[in-house]
Amino acid sequence: MLDEDLRSDLQKRGIFVASFEDLYNWGRKSSLWPLQFGLACCAIEMIATAAARFDMARFGAEVFRPSPRQADLMIIAGTVTKKMAPLVVRLYNQMAEPKYVIAMGACAISGGPFKEGYNVLKGIDRYIPVDVAIPGCPPRPEALLEGLIKLQKKIEGQRLFGPNRARHADTRDAADYPVPSYGAHDLEPPMNPAVFKPEPSRREAE
Amino acid sequence: MSFLPSLESPQTIDVSLGPQHPSTHGVFRMNVTLDGETVTRLQPVFGYLHRNHEKIAEGNSWLAAMPYTDRLDYICPLTNNWAYALAVEKLAGIEVAERAEFIRVITAELTRLQNHVAFLGFVLGDMGAWGTALMYAFREREKILDLFESLTGARMMCNYMRFGGCRCDLPPGWLDTTRKLVDGFPKFLDEMEALLTGNEILLARLQGVAPMTADRAINGGMSGPVLRAAGVDYDIRKVDNYGIYNRFKFRVPRGTVGDCYDRFMIRVLEARESVGILKQAIAVIPEGPVVNPKAKQRGFRPPAGEAYGRIEGPKGELGFYLIADGSDKPYRFRIRPPSLINLTLLEELCVGTKIADVMVILGSIDIVLGEVDR
Ligand code: SF4
Repeated sequence: MLDEDLRSDLQKRGIFVASFEDLYNWGRKSSLWPLQFGLACCAIEMIATAAARFDMARFGAEVFRPSPRQADLMIIAGTVTKKMAPLVVRLYNQMAEPKYVIAMGACAISGGPFKEGYNVLKGIDRYIPVDVAIPGCPPRPEALLEGLIKLQKKIEGQRLFGPNRARHADTRDAADYPVPSYGAHDLEPPMNPAVFKPEPSRREAE
Repeated sequence: MSFLPSLESPQTIDVSLGPQHPSTHGVFRMNVTLDGETVTRLQPVFGYLHRNHEKIAEGNSWLAAMPYTDRLDYICPLTNNWAYALAVEKLAGIEVAERAEFIRVITAELTRLQNHVAFLGFVLGDMGAWGTALMYAFREREKILDLFESLTGARMMCNYMRFGGCRCDLPPGWLDTTRKLVDGFPKFLDEMEALLTGNEILLARLQGVAPMTADRAINGGMSGPVLRAAGVDYDIRKVDNYGIYNRFKFRVPRGTVGDCYDRFMIRVLEARESVGILKQAIAVIPEGPVVNPKAKQRGFRPPAGEAYGRIEGPKGELGFYLIADGSDKPYRFRIRPPSLINLTLLEELCVGTKIADVMVILGSIDIVLGEVDR
């Protein structure tokens, strides 16, 4: 890495030095394009976040795209039902890498208030990898902004090369996640074990 | 969206609009058959947001169903609360505290205002004016949400009404803030109207699109602004006189031809009437308790029986049909959502129009998927 003194010396002369990774990550984190995709109540708060008062544009993420092909970020805002889950996975597959997922609200994280219901998926992390989870029912717009900043921090630290490289830079990773199908009683399969790795509860760990 | 050559005729194509679509107001899906650009068939597909509201309510106590009603029509939580509380009060014969009746009217009319304002923004978005109109609308909506937050603690999921009254009294200064907001509201409506109603593009996109006769509207079971836009004088606030609506003077705006323009304008007019009701209610709200002290909340067991309570929600007739068997849970909990029933005529309205009009027609009905699929 470049010596800090040398870097600031150069900066004073108008020469900016950055690693390719930093530049690449800076560009991506500052212009995340979310998918315009609302599922339920939380989507209204997502719209409120994008509207005049909270103004997501301050963080470079106001360009909501209706097509998954043009989006980098999927904000899962609302309840994912079992009827909707395969479509969410398919939309995720259609997005181009590098792509990120924010699970907004209790429903997207775990099923929320409707967890006991027969038609509600108990968390979208069963099928696709979630980068940031925002609790709340619905989370306030400030919370969504906080989640966005968290995601930007995460992108900043992602490596493109080496053994710890990010998922999207890893060609060994599967490009598409399997889309579940409607089974007789539940989605088939009920989760994707390659993605869903819940931490053991405290009792199990002991 | 996916395109398929239709099986019926080589001339037409089948298009699946939604569930992921920027203008379906959530996860609504329509299978549309197109001949060129003209719609020849339209089939709605429901259930992408079926969250088993009714089943969950039947497994929980009576009070525990209250927060779930917030999530039905998630744009207007307080009117949903009221409809449920009204049904339970009818079932168990509970009197409502006088001050609470006023608070209910005030919060319900504020809810109507913010629903209609959001509607204006969304419909404009459906027509392609994406963003700008919504920004104006949400600016105004945020002010009302601030009032809700200081009153109930939540911007959207208020969970505020209780059987026989409301959960808590108004915080100090709340009425003054509300009065200021209400006084300033007509100015916003004027601004919105000046920007929109004379706009040539808006007129071309709305006038004469999908007219609905009064007869069809009644036979299709329409309610709320959609019914009144078709020229029918039917407002449950006047018909049932529930709550204390008979104490306020207000008019019921009506359309003449029931096209999209009427459905659009009726919301602006209704918002103006709501402002009038709010002014009257704020002026005369009495002091007193906000909940009937005799009404039990926890461990509430109404006698066996059934009741249907309904109110004029911002989207139409919102009703709850409850059956009690004397236990601490509802035996049957049935919701009559205005959005779902207002969709019954969707195909009829859309057939023969252009595909671009379908979104406007859907938008002009004003649906919320949480309520449609429940
Ligand atoms: S978390 Fe709450 S607000 Fe968000 S979708 Fe679920 S029920 Fe609605």
